[in-house]
Amino acid sequence: MQEDIKTIIERYGRDKAFLVPILQDVQAKYNYLPQDKLLEVAEELNIAHSLVFSVATFYKAFSLEPRGRHIVSVCLGTACHVRGAPRILDTLVRTLKLKAGTTAADGSATLETVNCVGACALGPIVIVDGEYHGQMTLTKTEKVITTLKAGEQA
Amino acid sequence: MKRIGTPQELSAIQEQLKKQRDPSKPMVTICAGTGCHGHGCIRVKEALEAEIKKQGVSERVEIRATGCHGFCEKGPLVVIHPQKIFYQQVKTDDAADIIQKTLLNGEVLERLLYTDPNTKVKITYEHQVPFYSKQQRVILGFNGQIDPTSIEDYLAVGGYAALAKALFSMKPDAVIREVKQAGLRGRGGGGYPTASKWEHCRAAHGDAKYIIGNGDEGDPGAYMDRSVMEGNPYSIIEGMVIGAYAIGSQEGFIYVRNEYPLAVKHLGMAIETARAAGLLGENILGSGFTFDIKINRGGGAFVCGESSALFASIEGRSGEPRDKYIHAVEKGLWDKPTVLNNVETWANVPLIINRGAVWYQSIGTEGSKGTKIFSLVGKINNTGLVEVPMGMTLREIIYDIGGGIPKGRKFKAVQTGGPSGGCIPESMLDLPVDFDALYKAGSMMGSGGMIVMDDHSCMVDVARYFLTFLQEESCGKCVPCREGLLRMSEIFADICEGRGKEGDIEYLEKMSVAIIDGALCALGNTAPNPVLSTIRYFRDEYEAHIKDKKCPAGVCKALIQYRVIVEKCTKCGACKRACPAEAVSGEPKKLHTIDPLKCIKCGACLESCKFEAIAVE
Repeated sequence: MQEDIKTIIERYGRDKAFLVPILQDVQAKYNYLPQDKLLEVAEELNIAHSLVFSVATFYKAFSLEPRGRHIVSVCLGTACHVRGAPRILDTLVRTLKLKAGTTAADGSATLETVNCVGACALGPIVIVDGEYHGQMTLTKTEKVITTLKAGEQA
Repeated sequence: MKRIGTPQELSAIQEQLKKQRDPSKPMVTICAGTGCHGHGCIRVKEALEAEIKKQGVSERVEIRATGCHGFCEKGPLVVIHPQKIFYQQVKTDDAADIIQKTLLNGEVLERLLYTDPNTKVKITYEHQVPFYSKQQRVILGFNGQIDPTSIEDYLAVGGYAALAKALFSMKPDAVIREVKQAGLRGRGGGGYPTASKWEHCRAAHGDAKYIIGNGDEGDPGAYMDRSVMEGNPYSIIEGMVIGAYAIGSQEGFIYVRNEYPLAVKHLGMAIETARAAGLLGENILGSGFTFDIKINRGGGAFVCGESSALFASIEGRSGEPRDKYIHAVEKGLWDKPTVLNNVETWANVPLIINRGAVWYQSIGTEGSKGTKIFSLVGKINNTGLVEVPMGMTLREIIYDIGGGIPKGRKFKAVQTGGPSGGCIPESMLDLPVDFDALYKAGSMMGSGGMIVMDDHSCMVDVARYFLTFLQEESCGKCVPCREGLLRMSEIFADICEGRGKEGDIEYLEKMSVAIIDGALCALGNTAPNPVLSTIRYFRDEYEAHIKDKKCPAGVCKALIQYRVIVEKCTKCGACKRACPAEAVSGEPKKLHTIDPLKCIKCGACLESCKFEAIAVE
């Protein structure tokens, strides 16, 4: 594993200016930013741990916790908001029994919110593992989650 | 593509590509923008390709996936060339008919045509669809024609001619003069004159100067930049090279929002092919001028759309803004002179150079020239991207192009300018849309989001939405923004949850002024705009929340109740089945009632009722 972080850092010429893209690559690899990898990045780039930590906590794209096997995101952009996205979020919170921004204890799913995915004609939108479900209603939302849960049990 | 070494070679290649492309050859284009992706356009494209193969006509016809056509509401969109027959909401099952009947035999499929909801007339051709007919698509126009991953396509429509013209027949000063005369203003939000930035940066001391394309489109409900980056990345790159030549810069960046993976991909491919073709990188077109571009993916922070926060982010730090008495054109990225323009601004530059300042000036109003792309979304029939000349009225955009409000509901307000903008009421619908008119109305142009709201939208809730958004996105560096927005959103929570009290509105106004004056950057300076504009135009709604503890639009959960309307209830039982909280009681064929104590106000009963028998009060 030691090599992996090195390879990523080498790709950016060991330049600390590329800290954000480096962390993006680390996250893509591990699905989140593990603490030991953050420390390794700091050591390799020869910068303070605190600097890496400040960047990792500042940007919303980074997660310091492992994310679930399934990612359920609900768009809370303005267009989706006026078309009833908050109610869709409430339904997801109720059916997944998860608060927004958290992961189930068994690691099955993470519920996330996103500020506009730029597909406003489809609003309100729920994205499950990268697949867009548009013009969501409360009933459709419940169905999507039922399907997701069934797939997880099978 | 082989390296193009001279401007003569470039025009020869352009000519050759144009000749190779027979305009009468049957071609089907399919929109592959984000909206159509969501509608399943990729499956439709595969079905069309399979049918072309099946018919054995691969040689005679062409299929092309293009960037966003704009009419997202009706996706997936398919256009048949050369006639430009416009098909909407195409499904995989339609592929066989489209190829066999329309593409090969010119027969129009009535069922796929767009029907004008007002006249009920079916419309055959793209340019006749009202959504398009009132637009002036000078920036977005090529989106529907070119494959964004093909530099040949861009060259065939005359791409890079502006670059050759600038490099070989204009001095850098002349380029700046042209842009100045055209009156181009920044499309990112502020509307600052573009040429003025360039002039100052050119005059600034230092050899290293940077050019940045801002594609960190963070405004929720706006996706214009995304569609340009995805649909026509070369136009942005060409504009940036011209800008770099004018300023004397060798290195540039495009800062793209992390949530836009397709934009990152298309820009990356465009940069690579442009470099290989000698249109970017060292010794561009043999002119001796060198300029290269790197892509930087944002980390998902709204504040990074702000110039100094964006610089910090590119430098690998947290995106915290700094005070603005130091200008970016003197000390920007890595403290070097920097020009930062929005990607849509950059896409305007080749047009100005190609067609001249006089042509450009002829579009728009006194103070705002050219066209502007808006993302027309929310409670609107024709959701999509529209490009119109500056100065068109809001009414024309919303009703003529947007097709009005769905379900015959009543228009209430349009929000422009994103979280920094404001809400404009019905009485001001005849306002011409330009930088200055919107500012006077208490809103702003912003990057071009236009969110339409009807009588079911609560203006207090909308103001609260933006405020909460900005409070979460505040970087936390300065106190007025960090603490002020938090305090304001606490007051909003009170108002929306039935704890509002006399004096709250005045307190919000006071706080707003303090934050506008005290905050460090534009995020904080403009954050109170949605609050102030909704208080200005919709004060009665605030008062209803505070004094009567009622939400007139039926949105704020704590202030509403669901009730069965006895006269309308058909006793079908749908609401009972839909209710997740078992709050609906009643047996089949008997009147149903909602127990307010059990009701969690999720709205499932309202959604399930086909007879409008659920009232929200």
